[in-house]
Amino acid sequence: MTGERIERTDLPEPRYEFGGDDHVFVELDEAMSFDANFQAMAITQQIRDRDLEGVTEICPANASYMVRFDPDVIHPETMVDELKEIAAETDISEYSWETRIVEVPVLFDDPWTHETLMNFRDRHQDPDATDLEYSARINGFDSVEAFLDAFVGAPHMVTMVGFVPGLPWCFQMVPKSEQMEVPKYVQPRTDTPSRAVGFGGAFSVVYPVQGAGGYQLYGRTPIEVLDIDQELPAFEDSMVFPNPGDILTYRRIDREEYDAIREEVEAGTYEYTIEDVEFTPEEFFEAPHEYNERLMGVLAG
Amino acid sequence: MIEITDGGISTTVQDLGRFGQYHIGMPPSGAMDQFSHEVANALVGNDPDAATLEMTYAGANVRFEEDAVVALAGAKMPARIDGEAVPMHEAVRVEAGQELEMEFATEGARTYLAVTGGIDVPEVMESRSTYTLVGIGGHEGRTLEEGDELAVADNGTDLEAVVGNSAPEEHLRDFTTDSVRVVVGLCDYRLTDESRERLCDVEWTVTPEADRVGYRLEGPELEFVEREQPFGAGTDPSNVVDVGYPIGSIQLPQKPIVLMRDAVTGGGYATVGTVISADRDLLAQRRTHESVTFDAVTVDEALEVRQAIEDDLEAIRDGLEQ
Repeated sequence: MTGERIERTDLPEPRYEFGGDDHVFVELDEAMSFDANFQAMAITQQIRDRDLEGVTEICPANASYMVRFDPDVIHPETMVDELKEIAAETDISEYSWETRIVEVPVLFDDPWTHETLMNFRDRHQDPDATDLEYSARINGFDSVEAFLDAFVGAPHMVTMVGFVPGLPWCFQMVPKSEQMEVPKYVQPRTDTPSRAVGFGGAFSVVYPVQGAGGYQLYGRTPIEVLDIDQELPAFEDSMVFPNPGDILTYRRIDREEYDAIREEVEAGTYEYTIEDVEFTPEEFFEAPHEYNERLMGVLAG
Repeated sequence: MIEITDGGISTTVQDLGRFGQYHIGMPPSGAMDQFSHEVANALVGNDPDAATLEMTYAGANVRFEEDAVVALAGAKMPARIDGEAVPMHEAVRVEAGQELEMEFATEGARTYLAVTGGIDVPEVMESRSTYTLVGIGGHEGRTLEEGDELAVADNGTDLEAVVGNSAPEEHLRDFTTDSVRVVVGLCDYRLTDESRERLCDVEWTVTPEADRVGYRLEGPELEFVEREQPFGAGTDPSNVVDVGYPIGSIQLPQKPIVLMRDAVTGGGYATVGTVISADRDLLAQRRTHESVTFDAVTVDEALEVRQAIEDDLEAIRDGLEQ
């Protein structure tokens, strides 16, 4: 597979839609692609830089973005005109950005998510298999091991943060032919352990807090993505760890390492493994596997 | 200082909300019925963003350890101080040592208790609003319980001057209406033409799953246009590639859920319209098992409603002593 490029996606005309009188939602594409996501990130960054009066929220999403504004300050139609103008001036081919590559240790097939998923078999497409077995099978893998090798084999880019504070949606950085896809649960679960690592649609996620959820459950990480008391060093600037554009690499760990990391996290001393990198979409599209190897090499030191 | 002697069903500290953090998944929180919150604050001489107590269905009992002026606005909730009835929408005096006792709401769902000076809890991201899901803001990030003590700020208002302030009925909002205006759109192309029309044609019922995060409604099945799902969306026809959800947006994981001020900020269910900013207050006052109808309006009509509500607030403020 080495040598395969990521084909560029021609995006359709964006759809500008009003969310009531105080939001504009802009759909860049109905399907997920790096092009749609990078466009969303680039445009929202431009909006942020312009510091438009009346704008209260600027939210990039996977293949769309949204702004919230005070309609007493800026008329919704004017807001749309501004967004169209900004979009016309944004070109991602000239874009690169400073980002972080972060290691996320994961205990796959852990006892906590296993117990949860067994409790909700009646809401699943395949009640006789685990979420991992089901995902491996429908993506054409011979075994859970082979599926997990692919899952951790290339990094995942944070393409959106939300649902609840700190939850990253991550899109794996491989050509489309290698990307995996799974359905969400038939009916969402009412419970998910905090720090569960899940997968739904084409996105991996880390659940920040215990609560509802509909993604397939694969494992649990001992590290936090949300720390409201900001006790861990990685949370000095924000109670939320992930940022759109961050690159996460999942690393398989065993129970012993999970417990050891967890102990450090609870003591507030755990140092996240993070390196700053410059991300250049053009280079990544041209040779994704080589690019990813370089990225992961940075992390390995 | 005030002491909670009974927390009621769900009482939290709220202000106008927490802004600028939606992109990290942090919803605005803040008063569910912003109009009533602002009226209560105006009556006691507070700025609109002073923190009030939002009481849901059953009010709290509060003992005052200092002299204060208080006002109630929003859902009709019988209230007494030392056995004497307290009128709604009027600033009244409370002496140190007295206790305000609230009962179940007889109309509407949420009542706001403003105290001159405002409830003084620490700000988190520039807001005093409680967001219980992750436990931040308000008092220890949670609903209030018996024994909780809250400080009241001093904003320099002359208590005697504001006592007796009241809001004329004609400028208050009517919570008995079941009609909530919406701007249809976002991902409404996912619905069949027939279902798009049904959305605003039928009566919906508020289910018991209706809280600060969202109002789940019960009604007829709506149908989606069949399609080959785009990459990354998931297999169900109601699924889209995950998007940001506007506050007030109606998402359709089979049955509608209208997202309120503690909303989940994004997800992969098709959103088909948004309750206009002014009418989110009205929906917040609908009770479990009550009906709701969606009335489709244009953005310009939504702005007219917003302006009319602001004019009412202005008229109320103009008639008050500060």
